[in-house]
Amino acid sequence: MRQVYLDYSATTPVKKEVLDVMLPYFSEKYGNPSSLYTLGQESKDAITKARGQVASLINADPAEVFFTAGGTESDNWALFGAVDALKKKGNHIITTKIEHHAILHSCEFLEKHGCDVTYLDIDCEGRVNVEDLEAAITDKTILISVMFLNNEIGTVQPIKEIGEIAKKHGILFHTDGVQALGNIPIDLKSLNVDLLSMSSHKIYGPKGVGALYVKKGVKISNYIHGGAQEIKRRAGTENLPGIVGFGKAAELAKENFDSHVKHCSDLRNYFVDKVLNNIPNTYLNATMDGRHPGNANITFEFVEGEAMLLSLDMQGISVSTGSACSSASLVPSHVLTALGIPVEKIHGTLRFTFGDFTTKEDVDYTLEALTNIVNKLRQISPVSSEKGW
Amino acid sequence: MAIYNEKVMDHFMNPRNMGEIENADGKGTYGSPVCGDMMQITIKVENDVIVDAKFKTFGCGSAIASSSIATVLMVGKTIDEALAITNKQIVEELGGLPNVKIHCSVLADNAIKAAIYDYAQKSGKTYAGLEGFDPNAEEDHHDVACDEEACGGSCEKIK
Ligand SMILES: Cc1ncc(COP(=O)(O)O)c(C=O)c1O
Ligand code: FES
Repeated sequence: MRQVYLDYSATTPVKKEVLDVMLPYFSEKYGNPSSLYTLGQESKDAITKARGQVASLINADPAEVFFTAGGTESDNWALFGAVDALKKKGNHIITTKIEHHAILHSCEFLEKHGCDVTYLDIDCEGRVNVEDLEAAITDKTILISVMFLNNEIGTVQPIKEIGEIAKKHGILFHTDGVQALGNIPIDLKSLNVDLLSMSSHKIYGPKGVGALYVKKGVKISNYIHGGAQEIKRRAGTENLPGIVGFGKAAELAKENFDSHVKHCSDLRNYFVDKVLNNIPNTYLNATMDGRHPGNANITFEFVEGEAMLLSLDMQGISVSTGSACSSASLVPSHVLTALGIPVEKIHGTLRFTFGDFTTKEDVDYTLEALTNIVNKLRQISPVSSEKGW
Repeated sequence: MAIYNEKVMDHFMNPRNMGEIENADGKGTYGSPVCGDMMQITIKVENDVIVDAKFKTFGCGSAIASSSIATVLMVGKTIDEALAITNKQIVEELGGLPNVKIHCSVLADNAIKAAIYDYAQKSGKTYAGLEGFDPNAEEDHHDVACDEEACGGSCEKIK
């Protein structure tokens, strides 16, 4: 059976070029980067190289990049580190309702420990309003954390404007750049971003490795305590093969940026057009303007997402859904809820994310399967466009 | 491992008795799309025996499989026997459901009762098995599992 992976925002396959540079670091070049003999120093050099590769992708200085165990750790570090470092100044955080759980659940934890958190709404296009943001600032505000690009609906936030507001008020600005990395241009020299989270496995690198960009001069407390790794900012023996792989993935992402964006957006646009024209009662959620090049988030009325997902899976197609039925906690997607989509429609929402290995044949195969599946499930459904909800 | 067993997948992919009986003797809907799942069961009754049953469902794979098996269990049974069908039995017939999906079987159980309730109303009959049944219960069906014995209290994630 044909296998069609359309969930590149969940994770990506490790590219062969990436795997190839990682492999020697498992059993040949395994030295501890902290060791002083040659074997160790070679490992240290490999990490230095990777740091440069990642820094180059976001136009930062290598000294501003600290490796972590992934996007989640980077998000946690940014929040907890900032709150601790600035506790004398205040306890108020401004974020949004559509952040990844790595941010939202960290904020909930911080609320239990004395922080006040403002969760900004988004408009029907999926963006926060910068005036609302500025209005939420109090003299106790110590941190603004607004994601660069949303993982479910693919919308980009006004990071430049938010950076300017943060600077004007002297407030730290963190952005979760996990989905933005490699998918939209990130030029940290032109943005007032103090902290930016990254993850390797969304850009064809290995899982369990990421980085936090900390702008020169910005002081946040450490989060992982122990040895002197990462210039004493992040303890723990480095995930050497992982970091080497992340570096290579970042280098490739920079090199192939234009072709990657064009490839993904061509296929995505073709797919969205066909779905909206060929399958009645379907809607694209959030604006196309400035969107993640590979993201399509579509509501299919009168059917439920997990049923569609399972049926697609039976035909070798992997996608994800915002439906409550598919989540372990049985709550509908908080992002689609914030976007103002009624619950019954959230249930019928699928996210397709296209990537470098997606082909036109994959998309055509998916379009055919999807059309048949939606038709079949609509026959099973007691609700329809004639009968209404 | 796949999230559902083969039997569930079979009833999901090849649902039995899918559709709607015209001029049904009883027609019940339970749940609502806002709650995430909604089932409709229509029945044909002769001499107090359910001779045909069909379903339509808006919901996940296990909701569709649960309604499919529910109709299979109903056909050929007397009304009293059909009212005795429990959600536990639906789960057993399906060879098990993930804990988080037990509520889909509860919905099927209620849809059976809703169809029979309608039949009872139309034919002026009363059945002991319908006592206390409210066809318009407005609870969020994603919330009911924790009240059910079937989940064994293991679904504490469902709040
Ligand atoms: C926006 C966003 N932030 C954070 C994360 C978490 O990253 P990781 O999987 O590397 O912990 C993800 C990945 O799911 C994400 O999409
Ligand atoms: S219908 Fe929502 S979990 Fe089954």
